[in-house]
Amino acid sequence: MASPRSTGHIDTGGKCRQSPLKRPPDTVIHALANPTRFLKIARPMTPILFWGGVVALVVAFWGGLTQVPPDYLQGDSFRILYIHVPAAWLGLSGWSSLAIACFAYLVWKHPLAFVAARAIAPVGALFAALCLITGSIWGRPTWGTWWEWDGRLTSMLILFFVYLAWIALARADHERGGDGRVVALFGIAGTVLLPIVRYSVVWWNTLHQGQSIGLTGSSIDPSMLWPLWWSIGGFSALFGALVLMRMRAMIADNRVEARMRRMAAA
Amino acid sequence: MNHWNFIAAAYAIVIGATGGMSLLSFLAMRRAERAAESLRR
Repeated sequence: MASPRSTGHIDTGGKCRQSPLKRPPDTVIHALANPTRFLKIARPMTPILFWGGVVALVVAFWGGLTQVPPDYLQGDSFRILYIHVPAAWLGLSGWSSLAIACFAYLVWKHPLAFVAARAIAPVGALFAALCLITGSIWGRPTWGTWWEWDGRLTSMLILFFVYLAWIALARADHERGGDGRVVALFGIAGTVLLPIVRYSVVWWNTLHQGQSIGLTGSSIDPSMLWPLWWSIGGFSALFGALVLMRMRAMIADNRVEARMRRMAAA
Repeated sequence: MNHWNFIAAAYAIVIGATGGMSLLSFLAMRRAERAAESLRR
């Protein structure tokens, strides 16, 4: 099966009659990345993720704002945790997803992977920005300052700028009909920032508190923790819905472009 | 210092930004899919 190379442009996907599970592994990747098959899954998943996310967030905000007790040290300001932590999580995992999509594009040359990366970038940048903004608002009553050039805040700000740079580069590459390989390499190279952001509170003595939630458990009392899981789940579902909406828009735009080119050539 | 002003500001920004992006993404998706559908006919 020939790989549809470069450009990030998608026309219409061909129909595969054979089950993708019966195909050789490399062919399965292409079959699952078929735009027609993707749209068949994405169309019902978009409202499910969106409204599921909204419901989970309503529960999270109700719990976080009205049901949990104030923190003994920070008072009520700790309630910003329920939006700040999910924003940080999605800012970081957004770049991980973008890098995986870039890697898939470089290895299998499938344009849908590049469309996914281009759809993820603005959503990830939004959550990185929200992490910085909510952290700054939380910092004022807690630390007495809106901003501090410490390891965690500065590395997150750099990640946000890297998102903006990637978006600008991808747009420029798309407009001049580039093959997207440099953009994909940039996406993979940007992953070096992720451990720096993650471990900045361990490597440097920062104003930002150390990690409260790890693989082995959490230092947050369970009575204050449950809305956080709802919030992380809700924002993650919303993130997925936003990415699917943006991917569907790009696929439709590419189909229109391809159709117009064919009509102009005829 | 009243913490609730900070909490309200943070939540309002997050709800406004994510709601705004959801609306823009939905409108862009609907416009693009309608254009693609109309060309197919």
